[in-house]
Amino acid sequence: MDLFDVIGPVMIGPSSSHTAGAARIGKITRMLLGCEPRRARIGLHGSFQKTYLGHGTDKALVGGLLGMDVDDLRLRSSLELAKARGLEYSFYNANLRGAHPNTVVLDVDGQDGRSICVQAASVGGGEIVVQSIDGLEAGFSGHENTLVLTHHDTPGMIAAIGGTVAGSALNIATMRVFRRSAGGEAMVALELDGDASQELLRRLEALEGVYHVAYIAARKEV
Amino acid sequence: MRTMAEWVAAAQPLGSLGEAAVRWQMAQSGESRETVWARMRSRLEVMRASVSAGLDPSLKSVSGMVGGQASRMMAPGQAERFGLLGRACAYALSVAESNACMGKIVAAPTAGSCGILPGALLSAQEAGGFSDDALVMALFAAAAVGHAIALQATVSGAEGGCQAECGTAAGMAAAALAQLYGGTPEMSAHACAFALMNTLGLVCDPVRGLVEVPCVYRNAGGVAQALCAAQMALCGLACPIGCDQIILAMKDVGDAMPPSLRETGEGGCAACAGCGV
Repeated sequence: MDLFDVIGPVMIGPSSSHTAGAARIGKITRMLLGCEPRRARIGLHGSFQKTYLGHGTDKALVGGLLGMDVDDLRLRSSLELAKARGLEYSFYNANLRGAHPNTVVLDVDGQDGRSICVQAASVGGGEIVVQSIDGLEAGFSGHENTLVLTHHDTPGMIAAIGGTVAGSALNIATMRVFRRSAGGEAMVALELDGDASQELLRRLEALEGVYHVAYIAARKEV
Repeated sequence: MRTMAEWVAAAQPLGSLGEAAVRWQMAQSGESRETVWARMRSRLEVMRASVSAGLDPSLKSVSGMVGGQASRMMAPGQAERFGLLGRACAYALSVAESNACMGKIVAAPTAGSCGILPGALLSAQEAGGFSDDALVMALFAAAAVGHAIALQATVSGAEGGCQAECGTAAGMAAAALAQLYGGTPEMSAHACAFALMNTLGLVCDPVRGLVEVPCVYRNAGGVAQALCAAQMALCGLACPIGCDQIILAMKDVGDAMPPSLRETGEGGCAACAGCGV
């Protein structure tokens, strides 16, 4: 924690957890999808469900899906902007057993035909945790630059991915690996020291057995 | 850097708590003096804009419970009644109402307590003619205090009640005012200690679970506590209980609070007739 965490963040009110955190979850979901969202079904759990209207949680989530940051004043009118941008959204009550009180589940279809299901929690002070992606456990905060790859679970895959990242002289700070079943779909989340280039993303996408590459750039605060 | 005692020890040879904070932040983030100064300065500008935005009389929150009240405190002849205090309260309320109405604010240390620091510093600037640079230095002093509280206790209402949010903000603002009016680093620490001591036990009891009632009015109350605490410290009064001791006491009191008084919207103001979820 540094002094700009104490006096900061600069954000749209009223709540760091229910507004700023929600916007960040929306934006990270958009980055995981990797394209303009077309349709979003959004399930709210716990405190999110009970107080979302008064906190603008709905506007923040939709604004984030449209690419807005936590200090973007357009968050206030994001529901109208969604219509103009062709994003259909709906909210429902999700009752998730044992989940953090500020948890949301987003089922999002992209304009390029890709779909994604993200479960995330806003854990206080605008900090968030992406808990799962398409049912695969995730557990990253988006605080660091993060690469999320889905791939076929096959021997040598992790080494190939790690080698490709190393090839662009980037250090991997943390690595988390999950799979649905042996030889099935798997996911790896890499937190990086430094910024991934477009070139690196292209090289990762070109690896045999890699289905999708998403890149979550950490938010640089002024 | 963890305690107020450490901050004061670092600040003594420099003669300024704010200066010690600037240097620590430079070392922490590896940025130049110009960069960290510009970052804090940009926060001051957001604070100033949020005071103006909240004075719009037509402002209303989604729930309709708050908005437009700060403008009434700036009506002709009203703001000057108690000297600096009138404007300080009006500005603190204004920023807090702006926050409740989805305005852009600087969390200081939290969104729910965002009005206290700008209320104190921007009203003092008008009354005392201080430069923006002097205000930025005061913000650094406030940040050092908030950092010491966040590390030793908590600044979350859900964990420690409103004393941890508006109490901390009042402590930060008191230390900032002491710095701004030429006080020593020790005076800033005493100012913070007085503000925390006088807000000890304040519960977090948001009506309908929203950052509205009593939150926006507690921002006005918090700035009054900050002015009082800074005034005592600048007159040379020493808080009989050390700043770090009070910070730890605030943590203990927060731990002893029942969940109904820690942001759940179940106790205190939230439990009053007609206020339930």
